Amino acid sequence: MTTWQIIILASIAIFALKLAGYLVPPTLLRKPRPARVANLMTVALLAALIVVQTLASGAQIVLDARVPALIVAAGLLALRMPFIVVVIAAAATAALIRLLT
Amino acid sequence: MARSAETSAAIRASLAVGLAVSAYGVSFGALSVTAGLDIWQTCALSLLMFSGGSQFAVIGILASGGTSAGFAAIASGALLGVRNGLYAMRMAPVVGGRRPRTILAAHWTIDESTAVSTAQPTLEGQRAGFWWTGLIIYVGWNIATLVGALVGDLLGDVSQYGLDAAAAAAFLGLLWPRLKALQPIVVAIGAAVVAAVLTPALPPGIPVLAAALVAVIVGLTNWLGPKDEPTALEELDSGEGVV
Repeated sequence: MTTWQIIILASIAIFALKLAGYLVPPTLLRKPRPARVANLMTVALLAALIVVQTLASGAQIVLDARVPALIVAAGLLALRMPFIVVVIAAAATAALIRLLT
Repeated sequence: MARSAETSAAIRASLAVGLAVSAYGVSFGALSVTAGLDIWQTCALSLLMFSGGSQFAVIGILASGGTSAGFAAIASGALLGVRNGLYAMRMAPVVGGRRPRTILAAHWTIDESTAVSTAQPTLEGQRAGFWWTGLIIYVGWNIATLVGALVGDLLGDVSQYGLDAAAAAAFLGLLWPRLKALQPIVVAIGAAVVAAVLTPALPPGIPVLAAALVAVIVGLTNWLGPKDEPTALEELDSGEGVV
C-alpha cells in the first residue's frame, strides 16, 4: 500500500463509523456492553501506542531518553498542565538528555 | 437576529474549548512530518479523517513500520474511531436531519463537539454548541496542522529535538483524562504489557492491535467494572477529551 492509499482508506473507515451512528437506531447506545468495550478500546490502544512509541526501536525493546521524557510528561499531566506544554516538555527532556550523553 | 442567552452561552463554551484544542494540531503536524509523511499527506489526514486520536495512531504506526504496516495503521485508526460512532448516536436527535447536513455533522462528530453540546441545558444550545465547536476546531485544527507540518519540515533531523518522545507524550496526554476508574487503569496496564511483550515477536503495528483484545475481554466480562452500568457518554461529563 502507498501512504496515500492508507490515508484515504483510514479516513473512509472513520467517516463510515461516524455516519453509521447517525443512521442506526439509537437503542444500541442504551446497551452498556458495546459502549463499555468502545471506551476501553480507546484506553487499550492509546496505552499500547505509548509503549511502542516509548520503548520500541524497530522490533527491539530499548530504554533510552524517551523513558525519562515520558515520566516528565506524566508528572506535568498530574499537575494538570495543558497538552501542548506536556508535549514540548517531553521533547525538550529527550533532546537535553541526548545532548548531554 | 438577536441570539438567545442559551445560544450565546453555547458559543462561548465552543470558543474556549475550540481554541485550546486547535493548538494540539501543531504537535500533530510536526509529528506527522517526522513520521515520514509529506506536508500534503499530513494536511489530508486532518482534512479528511479529522479525529485526533486516530490520526496520531496512523502516523505512529507508519513511523515504526512504514507503509508495509498499512493494514495495522488503518485498523488501529478505525478502532480508535469506534467511539465517534457512539457519539454520533448520541448527537443524531440533536443535529441529525436532511442528508447533506447529516454528512457534515458526521464529519464533525468528535469528542469536543459532542462534549460541548451535551453540556448545554436546552436543545437550541446543544445545536449551537455542536456546530460552533465543530466549525472552530475544524478550521483551527487544519490551520494548526499546516503550521506544525511546515515547522516539522524545517527541523530536519528529528530525534535530536526529541520529537519521538513528544509522540509518546501526545498519546499519554490523550489517555490521561480516561484513567479515572480502576477498570480503565487495569486495561491500560494490561494493554501496555501485551504490546511490550509482543513487540519483539510480531511485525510493527500488530502488537497494538493485539492489545485491543484486552479491552474486548475486560469490556465483555465487565471485570472490575462498576455495578451500575456506565453509558457511552459518561466520560464526556468531565468535559475533557481528545479531538
